[in-house]
Parts: sequence; structure tokens; C-alpha cells
Amino acid sequence: MKALVAVKRVVDYNVKVRAKADGSDVELNNVKMAINPFCEIAVEEAVRLKEAGTVTEVVVVSVGDKSCQEQIRTALALGADRGIHVEVDGRPEPLEIAKLLKGVVEKEQPNLVILGKQSIDGDNNQTGQMLGALTGMPQGTFASEVKIDGDKLNVIREIDGGLQTLQLTLPAIVTTDLRLNEPRYASLPNIMKAKKKPLDVLSPADMGIEIKTHITQLSVAPPPERSAGIKVEDVAQLVDKLKNEAKVIS
Amino acid sequence: MSTLVIAEHDNASLKPATLNAVAAAQQLGADVDVLVVGGDCAAAAQAAAAIPGVGKVLCADNAAYAHQLAENVSLLIAEVAAGYDNIVAPATTSGKNTMPRVAALLDVAQISDIISVESADTFTRPIYAGNVIATVQSSDAKKVITVRTTAFDGVPAEGGSAAVEALSAVHDAGISSFVGEEVAVSNRPELTAASVVISGGRGMQNGDNFKLLEGIADKLGAAIGASRAAVDAGFVPNDYQVGQTGKIVAPDLYIAVGISGAIQHLAGMKDSKVIVAINKDEDAPIFQVADYGLVADLFAALPEFEAAI
Repeated sequence: MKALVAVKRVVDYNVKVRAKADGSDVELNNVKMAINPFCEIAVEEAVRLKEAGTVTEVVVVSVGDKSCQEQIRTALALGADRGIHVEVDGRPEPLEIAKLLKGVVEKEQPNLVILGKQSIDGDNNQTGQMLGALTGMPQGTFASEVKIDGDKLNVIREIDGGLQTLQLTLPAIVTTDLRLNEPRYASLPNIMKAKKKPLDVLSPADMGIEIKTHITQLSVAPPPERSAGIKVEDVAQLVDKLKNEAKVIS
Repeated sequence: MSTLVIAEHDNASLKPATLNAVAAAQQLGADVDVLVVGGDCAAAAQAAAAIPGVGKVLCADNAAYAHQLAENVSLLIAEVAAGYDNIVAPATTSGKNTMPRVAALLDVAQISDIISVESADTFTRPIYAGNVIATVQSSDAKKVITVRTTAFDGVPAEGGSAAVEALSAVHDAGISSFVGEEVAVSNRPELTAASVVISGGRGMQNGDNFKLLEGIADKLGAAIGASRAAVDAGFVPNDYQVGQTGKIVAPDLYIAVGISGAIQHLAGMKDSKVIVAINKDEDAPIFQVADYGLVADLFAALPEFEAAI
């Protein structure tokens, strides 16, 4: 059984991103980049399925400019077997990424595709579901547990108010939530080994796909500033302020 | 121009998130219809028909839709979408699950999690955990939109009397099935709809100590939430999580107890009207967004607070 994992290069989650002063875009110069945390969980899940003997090969794919090969190498160091880089300039939209991933799915014929539920830059939460629609595969989004049983996939999903269990027919798509697993750290020997693992580069043209723009970012701005309020001395003063100043409790 | 709102419901009743989505849809300036997709969902359709200003309610009632399986529901919505310019749903886990599939079937982008409607094709939405607000313009003829419910005040639930039209189209992709559900039953209000939320973080030390929040929540009619740290530590279930990748809340009063205030948590609650922080670390970032900060040991402060309200 083959697993395909999609990973995205994003700003490191510890970085507080700011809008540029002229509002043209976010400030991304000299900012630390990393593999999207949800994508890291996706890689970990595929590697664990391989270690458990369920999956035989883990292929990792990333869509982006040359620099995203760094994140593919990270995934290879975490245990993926080989990489595919779909080279695209700029920032393609989720629908376009899904179309490119569909091209990779057609080429690789995986039984399972694992993606992060959202990337922490655009916060769109779309790509996995769109890939599902384009390929006709079922989806287990926001997964906190995944079990393969023959040609079926049982997935526990995090939904508003609790958990839902679905059974999907393979091939299927899984998008990861935070509780699915805790990713490992890559060891130095594995980082060295990852440099020698195969990495193919594809272009959208190779798959007969032309990248389109549907949404234009007109401007960016900082959110309304919330100024720090006051420190109260004790509980009595807090209750007094809430009752008589903010009037939010009676 | 016409807009279709996808109702959020549990077949028996309409969820308040639908009312927020209708409010956003009305700002698009077109007629608004509501689609209720479910199984045995006539009651939810009747509730949708009572929303003032709704043109008509379309009701697709079939066992294939009973559990909102995205594979089935998206096929129906994409079909019904042929007659509409805008398809709008609340950005709940259900909306997030289904709508991108709809958008891809229609070969259009989805505009996720909008917080304002600037014009019929221009919206604002938070990116980078809400550290940046982007203004985006869609060039698609048909727009698929999900709405951050806390950014739009809900329309009234009663007062209208729209006609309910039954849809007979059945789409069963046959590739997914519902096995089961564990939904927490609570007498407290839903986290995203509560007017008061009290949340605990790592400072609570263990799950038992969340009982200290329960008494206060009972007195204030509050929902209980948590930071990711508290959820990861296993103090409380996952669906308590408030933050960038959890629930987005904007109550009248948000009380953060033992929460340091990581940007991912602030992304989920900083639009609350009044924020109270109780933390023993006076340098905790949560105090930078709190209207009222109390530097205190929560184990002393919480019982005192409960007694005083």
C-alpha cells in the first residue's frame, strides 16, 4: 500500500507575522520557514503506518518554488521514502494546488493521501477536501485516529461538540488534526540519509495543468489593536469592575 | 443575483450558526434562500422557514444526507448551486468539511472564514492566526464562501414564513459511511455561541481542577473552554480548545484562567468584548489583551471569585 503525503513550506509557527507598513503584503523577508505543523503530523502518520507494516512506501510531495525542497528533505529525514517537487512560482491557491496534487495522484496511484487540515499561513482549510472532490475519493478530515482495515479506512474526526467515526473506502484522503500523533524529531543520521533519497521535480505543464488566479489579495492590515487594560488589585475589585464598569455580570 | 445559505442543523433543530451565515449572506445584497440537507430534517427546515427575510427554504431530506457526509452532501449542493451566484455556509467543522468539495466541483475558489463583506466580490479574512487581516477580491462568477460566525451578529430566528420546497435529488457516492458519534452532552451553552466563556490553561495543573471553573460557569451561564496546552495535557477533551485551529469565540465576557496567551490562543478569543485574565505570572502575554488582569494564584482567586458573583 502506497501513501502520498503533501507538505507545505510556511512561516515557522513561532514567528509573529506582520503586515508591511504599506499594506501590500505580509513581511516575509528573513523570516524563519518550516514545514507546516499539520503537514508534519501527516508525515508522521504515514511513517507510523509504514512502521506498522500497513504501508509499504511513503511518497512526499510539495507544491512551491525551489525552496520547498528543504521541507521535502525534512519529510524524507522523518522517514518518507522519496520526494516529488511540483515547481510553481508565487503562491498558488488551494484549488490550483489540489489540481496539481490530482496530477500527482494519477501518476502515483496511492491508496491513501494524507494532508494537514490547514496551513498556518493562509488558514484556508481547503486543499484536502478539494483534492477529494477532484479525484472522487472520500475524505476523513480533522482526523484524530486512523485505522486501516482491508480496503476500508476507519477514521475518528474532531467535530464541533465531540468526535465522529466514519468508514471510508480506499483510496481515501485524510487531513490531520493536532491530536493524531506527536511527530518525532529527525536524527542526524536520518538527516544525512535523506539527502540521498530520490527527489523528482515536475512542472504543472508536465501534468497539463495551467495555474489560474481566482482570488486577488488587495491589501493586508494589522487587526484592530487591543490595548491592555488595567490590573486589578484583588478579586473584590475585579467583581466590582465587571459589575459596574464593564456591566457584563449582574 | 441570488444567494444560497447552507443551514447548520442536527435534523431536529437549526443551529445558531445558520443565523450568522444568513446575516453575512444578506450583506451580499442579493435574495437569500436557505438549503437544509439532512435526513428526517423537516423540523430543521421549518425552523429555517421562520427566519425573517429568507425567500424560500429548499429541503433535501434523505437518509444519504442524514450524517452530513461530505461526499454526498457536496454533490447535492453543487447541483443546487447552478441556480445561485453565491453559496454561503458557516465556518463550522461541518461547513469546513463540505464547502471546499463544493467549490472544487464547481471549479471555483472558496473564500474561507470571512469576517466582513466589503462589496459583492470583496471580503476581509484573517490569515496567519489573525495577526494579519487580508482584503481579498474574488473573480469567480460563482462564489463559495464560509463565514466566521463570531464576526456577524445573527439575524432573528423568528418572524418569517418562507415556503419550504422539497428537493428530490439523491446523491449517494457510496464511498463513505457513518459509524458513530460521541458528542458531549452538556447543560452549558455551546462554546461558540455562549455570551460568557471561562477557559483554563496549563496553570490548572490537572483535569480535576477544572471543577473550580464549573461553579463559576454555572453561576454565569458560561461555557467552559481551554487552551491547547490544557487539551494536549489531557485535562479536558479536544472540543474545548479555543484558538487558531480550535474554536473561535467572541463572547461578551471571556475569562482566561492560568493561560499564558500564546498567539494561537489569542487568535481564538481576542475579539471578545471584555477579557479577564487571572494568572500568577505578571509578565504573561495574556495581560496585553486583557481589559482586567488579576495577578494571583488561581487556586485562591477562583473560589473567592465564585463566592463574590
